[in-house]
Amino acid sequence: MNEIFGLSTLDLSRFQFATTSIFHYFFVPFTVGFALIIAILQTMAYRSKNPRLENLTRFFGHLFFINFAVGVVTGIVQEFQFGMNWQGFSTFVGNIFGVPLALEVLMAFFLESTFLGLWWFGKDRIPAWASLASIWIVAIGTAISAYWIIIANAWMQNPVGFELRGGRAVLTDFSAVVFNPKGLQWFSHIFTGGLTVAAFFVLAVSAYHLRRRHNPEAFRSSFKVALTVAALGSVGVLASGHYQGQTAIVDQPMKYAAFSALWETPEGVGMPESLVALPSNSLRENRFEISLPYLGSFLAFNNFTEKAKGIKELQAEYEARYGPGNYIPWVWPVYWAFRVMIGMGAIMLLVSLIYVWRWRTGKIDDPGVLYPVLLVMPLVPHLANFSGFITTEMGRQPWIVQGLLRTQDAVSDLNPLWVFVSLASFWVVYLTLISLDVFLLTRTARAGMHEPEVEAPSLPAPKYVSEGGRA
Amino acid sequence: MSEAPSILATVWFFLVGLTFIIYFFLDGFTFGEGMLQPFLARNERDRRTMLGTVGPFWAANEVWIILGAGVIFSAFPLWYGTLMTALYPMFALILLSLIGRGVAFEYRAEIDNRRWRIFWDVTAFLCNALPAFLWGMIMANMVRGLPIGADGRYAGSVSDAIDLFSVLGGLTTLSLFVLHGATFLLLRLQPGSALHGQARRAALTFGAIATVLVLGFVLLGFVGRELFSTFGLSQWLFPALAAVNLGLIWLALTLKRDGLAFFATGLTIVFSTATIFLSLFPNVMPSTLGAALNLTVANSASEPYTLRLLSWACGIFLPLIIAYQGWNFWVFRRRVQGRDEAEEGKLVYGQDGPV
Repeated sequence: MNEIFGLSTLDLSRFQFATTSIFHYFFVPFTVGFALIIAILQTMAYRSKNPRLENLTRFFGHLFFINFAVGVVTGIVQEFQFGMNWQGFSTFVGNIFGVPLALEVLMAFFLESTFLGLWWFGKDRIPAWASLASIWIVAIGTAISAYWIIIANAWMQNPVGFELRGGRAVLTDFSAVVFNPKGLQWFSHIFTGGLTVAAFFVLAVSAYHLRRRHNPEAFRSSFKVALTVAALGSVGVLASGHYQGQTAIVDQPMKYAAFSALWETPEGVGMPESLVALPSNSLRENRFEISLPYLGSFLAFNNFTEKAKGIKELQAEYEARYGPGNYIPWVWPVYWAFRVMIGMGAIMLLVSLIYVWRWRTGKIDDPGVLYPVLLVMPLVPHLANFSGFITTEMGRQPWIVQGLLRTQDAVSDLNPLWVFVSLASFWVVYLTLISLDVFLLTRTARAGMHEPEVEAPSLPAPKYVSEGGRA
Repeated sequence: MSEAPSILATVWFFLVGLTFIIYFFLDGFTFGEGMLQPFLARNERDRRTMLGTVGPFWAANEVWIILGAGVIFSAFPLWYGTLMTALYPMFALILLSLIGRGVAFEYRAEIDNRRWRIFWDVTAFLCNALPAFLWGMIMANMVRGLPIGADGRYAGSVSDAIDLFSVLGGLTTLSLFVLHGATFLLLRLQPGSALHGQARRAALTFGAIATVLVLGFVLLGFVGRELFSTFGLSQWLFPALAAVNLGLIWLALTLKRDGLAFFATGLTIVFSTATIFLSLFPNVMPSTLGAALNLTVANSASEPYTLRLLSWACGIFLPLIIAYQGWNFWVFRRRVQGRDEAEEGKLVYGQDGPV
């Protein structure tokens, strides 16, 4: 049996990897930005000795915890899948790809899980400075973790520091892998993207409570911190994204051409950029297109004359280099995801600038007419991440490792039934998880926090007492 | 195939074994606690108390298997792909279970509703029991060998992975982890409490069951399949130590020496896991289709440069990890006691948190 419902093991494995990665990616950037915001809030609480701020960090800590659990458990799936579904890949690149994964665990996972436990459960048994240090360690751990994963992914998109030996990629220069220019660019893009995910969430929660005059003193602080992070994050994510697009022309020209649905290498002076297009892979052209002259050159090269290569020319070049085959990614999802991503980035920047301006004019306690927008804003960075993921991962197909290994050669030789069953199970479990996560986050966020001296009805925990007696 | 493994690759093989030993030791008691909970806890207060015994530790315990997988991936890529492809359904079930267990730990206390808590209690039980069983099956399959063809491609079907030996392996880890969880509870609960007494009874029962199963597994492997006979020393040394150790558990339980009992069950897990890895060497996954197709330490290891790099990384970070994880255990060393009924359902941010 090679197919099930017309789907091969390759199709199912790709679908499973995309599913589990995108779901995982719903939680991870959140964690990265959120840990940093909580660490900043707790630093403020530590310096001011204000019990309201201290309380605020616990409130956001609770929200962080709800999310962190799912981030951790869905992450394990990612690692195991390389062996389970992608045997060809893990054999081909294990020498190289496994190292950043192992380093991530050694340098980050243990740190995060141990110190988050200490921070949350151990608050009454470690000194205040150690509690503060713990949350900063968690924040730094999440960033280190992101760095190693991006390094691993960057190697697949821009392989460096290796040589081919016996049909496998063998590591020859680890520093080249660690300082892969692609990885450094992506880290700035993905890290700032993570900041926006958490920042707009904290912003929405703070605005909700400011509007209801719940603890305005505390939520004003979290609003300001989150707004600063949101503004810096939005600027950072757009700037680093722009720079990345320009380097893609050099190392992944086919992906860049797919971003722009550029089938033919432009003739004449300057390169246009399409504003709207309906790309068709079967026709190898756009069914419909509106484009602006010179815009493409300006975006890609910062001038009005340079031109990138079109998809058809690149296909001919790849065939000459790698043999016959189809080297064109599925253009329309890449093209549209690229535009959604940029649109969402622009909205994030706009909203944060409006609120920075309101802050400057002293209207911080009143979210104003944009209040409903602020409440849906947490979805916007997620949508940007989702479409960014589609852009970059679909844009590099058919390569799993650019120029070295095709996705079809990387897949495990599995019975498609097993992959189908696991895929269906992951869908059920992940949909349940995401609903529960959203439900609990909303519920807890809306309940808000209580004045330090008032007791709130929820969440009992066992009390720790000294041996043989009561504390 | 006759190629001798390099010293570095050999060291890394045993480091993989060590990671699994630490993982089974640490997550073993988490699985055990989760499986015992429905049977020992009589009410909500007991359940919370039991959850509190593992609350601060389970996440960091679980990281050891992420490290274990990462280390096999980078140090033995061929082993990684073959093992996980061959036993695909088992690994998929383990992953789904680890998801369910982690979420149950964190979400159970979020809503004060009976049906909500029952849902998570059932999830937690199943998701602790399944991996506890499946890890034993995986270990048994690894050491017994599977139909592996050329290039490390799996040439069998799922039924090749399920037989008396592997089911017995699964039952062995299952009972060992329940036992380990029970002795962990003895250490973490208030002596003299009803729950503590229940944990002791569970430990005595599962001490006996685990002894029978460990011996049965070793006998079946040794006599029936001529396993456990490849390493030097005496092939009986580690299984014998594991058996002697199980006697020690019984003694400790009768003498009410909680620390000793936990130490002894831990040691049993250490010896049993060590037996598996020692008997594998110099193979990592023997092929039942012929010795020439065996995946060995030599033919599946990464290049020396990668292994040297990993050695540096582990040399620097492992001592650090052990130090701060040890500190974590030290911070939460005090025994857990259920809070008074009057305090039930009360929480102030900044004082306590969800378990």
